[in-house]
Amino acid sequence: MTFKGRHLMKNTIRVGAIAAVSALALAACASAPEEEATSSATADAPAAAEPVDFKACMVSDSGGFDDQSFNQSGFEGLTRAEAELGIEIATAESATEADFAPNIEAQVAAGCDLIITVGFLLSQATVDAALANPDVHFAIIDDLADNDFDGEIDAPNIKPITFETDEASFLAGYAASSATGTGTLSTFGGMNIPSVTIFMSGFLAGANYYNDTNSADVKVLGWDGTDGQFTGDFSDQTKGKNVTEEFLSQGADVVMPVAGPVGLGAASAVQSAGDAWLIGVDSDWTLTTDYADIIFTSVLKNIGNSVFDTISETIDAGFSTEPYVGTLENEGVGVADFAEGTVDDAVLTELETIKAGIIDGSISVDLS
Amino acid sequence: MSADSQTTDRPDEEAPAEDRWRRALREIVESSSMVVFMAIVASMIIGGVLIIFADEAVRESAAYFFSRPGDTFSAIGAALGSAYSAMFNGAVLNLEASSFAGVIKPLTQTLTMATPLIFAGLGLGIGFRAGLFNIGAQGQLLMGATLGAYIGFAFDLPWGIHLLLAVIGCAVGGAIWGFIPGILKAKRGAHEVIVTIMLNYVALYLVAWLLSLDAFQREGSDNPISPIVAETAQYPQILGVQFNLHLGFLLALACAWGAWWLMERSTIGFRLRAVGANPSAARTAGMSISTATILTMVIAGGLAGLAGSAPVLGTQKFLTDATAGSLGFDAITVALLGRSRPLGIVLAAILFGGLQASGPSLQVNAGLPVDIVVVIQALIVLFIAAPPLVRALFRLPAPAHEKEVAA
Repeated sequence: MTFKGRHLMKNTIRVGAIAAVSALALAACASAPEEEATSSATADAPAAAEPVDFKACMVSDSGGFDDQSFNQSGFEGLTRAEAELGIEIATAESATEADFAPNIEAQVAAGCDLIITVGFLLSQATVDAALANPDVHFAIIDDLADNDFDGEIDAPNIKPITFETDEASFLAGYAASSATGTGTLSTFGGMNIPSVTIFMSGFLAGANYYNDTNSADVKVLGWDGTDGQFTGDFSDQTKGKNVTEEFLSQGADVVMPVAGPVGLGAASAVQSAGDAWLIGVDSDWTLTTDYADIIFTSVLKNIGNSVFDTISETIDAGFSTEPYVGTLENEGVGVADFAEGTVDDAVLTELETIKAGIIDGSISVDLS
Repeated sequence: MSADSQTTDRPDEEAPAEDRWRRALREIVESSSMVVFMAIVASMIIGGVLIIFADEAVRESAAYFFSRPGDTFSAIGAALGSAYSAMFNGAVLNLEASSFAGVIKPLTQTLTMATPLIFAGLGLGIGFRAGLFNIGAQGQLLMGATLGAYIGFAFDLPWGIHLLLAVIGCAVGGAIWGFIPGILKAKRGAHEVIVTIMLNYVALYLVAWLLSLDAFQREGSDNPISPIVAETAQYPQILGVQFNLHLGFLLALACAWGAWWLMERSTIGFRLRAVGANPSAARTAGMSISTATILTMVIAGGLAGLAGSAPVLGTQKFLTDATAGSLGFDAITVALLGRSRPLGIVLAAILFGGLQASGPSLQVNAGLPVDIVVVIQALIVLFIAAPPLVRALFRLPAPAHEKEVAA
């Protein structure tokens, strides 16, 4: 560096520093809040009328609370409970599996009344902690807390929270079959694990049901009931894009990605194709993504509601180990509104009948 | 002196890329302990600044700093106080606990977290000193964990023998995964950095596939999670059941002594170091470079595989495709931080174990994102990789050999 260059650089730094300092100074010029202002602000907060003496805590799996999937949905339920029920909350994200047990232990030590763990990976750690701390209440999302597979919960103080997602994706599969122009639907998953494939199985069963009742021949690419198309992780959007392009080239015009953020890659492929639709999962993708105009519908898994309900029930009626099972009936799962002009009124009526049939058990969503 | 340095400088200028790579590695590995210590201090200070900015109370009170500055300072004090006391309570001694066991529990947790890092760091350290930049500890660790866990849950063997076989299985699994890049480098000249990185992916997806097979799944479940390792194959908890600290920690310390003896006292270690310091001279002296390369990678892989025993036989006791976490990459930092010497690696691993052990307490008690810990770790690496920066910050003198070159 020449002498001149060094001089110039010093000047640049100086100007930058002055700018930064003055920005800080300006930002710091606001007037101090009056003491009573803070108390009135708390009173104004919606529904936080009576702060409850209850501490709900949550441990994420290694996806973290920003995974656009179940950790995030669960976290939203927790923060909603904080705002509306006036409870205290604490959270711990797990960077690796080695953090599961320490995170739960830290929350037990911090005096949490209810500890909610997210995902089957935490099952063992949750059971161990529940057995070691019989006075603390636990809930686990997407797992039955039954690691010896005897059909019973392994500890007397764990509430399992699970979802019959196939009931909702069955409806999506039926509606998509009625709407497809090419007679070909497609789906893919992040990994071949039950909480993912339950979406795909319901979707396939819905399409099969459409074929049976309407003597149609709609095909579903990417899942045959036991094996299918998986990207191998829940993070690489490029893979989602590639898989989707492959599906579209094989004639599919509806894609349902069950892979968390990988689905955004699928959405971008569908958007550039222009003549295809995407089915969102977990949350309503017309609200949570930037792809509202290509979303056919979304298969909803209302984890946030289940967390909120579990907390509010525990406060009102005491803790119960009765498993929470999200179904069409209790609106733990469901489908979002269909894109305008894609589904006929006749089909909408049929869907209502099917939904009633699933709820009363006369229609099975299992793959036969 | 200046003439002398010129003659040694000239061959360097024409040196192929490989030699420059080795030299850069050596410079990082040989950075002085003062630089390492100051890098830790500097990253803690910057971490403190981040803690201040991450704190909501500080940000709120800073908005009216000029009308009531005291608020900001007390908020800063509260934020730093709660963060550092949460760190101390989570990683060293929990002074708020009621029982003695509760007080020392964080310390045992720190040592538990350090165990896999000691194993893998030792393996990488040996590689660095032999001039091999092995990025593959992650894959080697996972393969070790896979083989060890399989022996642990699939067989029914008596006490003692079962654990021994499972531990050997871990070492063998890792050693195989280290042997592959070793032989490719020795016989075909394939660069170990690329091969080991790619083998990490191979290992990850291989394990993901294995976990989709019934043989690796729990009966009655399709989740990609292996059965629990049999009790006969688990590391005993050396301080009793209320602490997670297991026999693997003592094994790691034994390996650290073994690595020291190997590198400092044995003929093999001398050869490995000679090859790392100057391969051409070592070859001229009649040492086989390819044997040294393969041997180094097998030892490094075996130690990384033993690191895999810590989760599958010690803490979690089952295998998933996330068992390795980021251990294999953290171990690179540990090895660099420990300057590739066994004692340094043990201390660095305990530091990192402590940072990780403080994560839950930081999040739950201080309400800080766990990312702060990761940022502090990353900053330590950054500062160690840039010794001149640390020297400039703390006005440390440059080491003798750099002065000579500058003269």
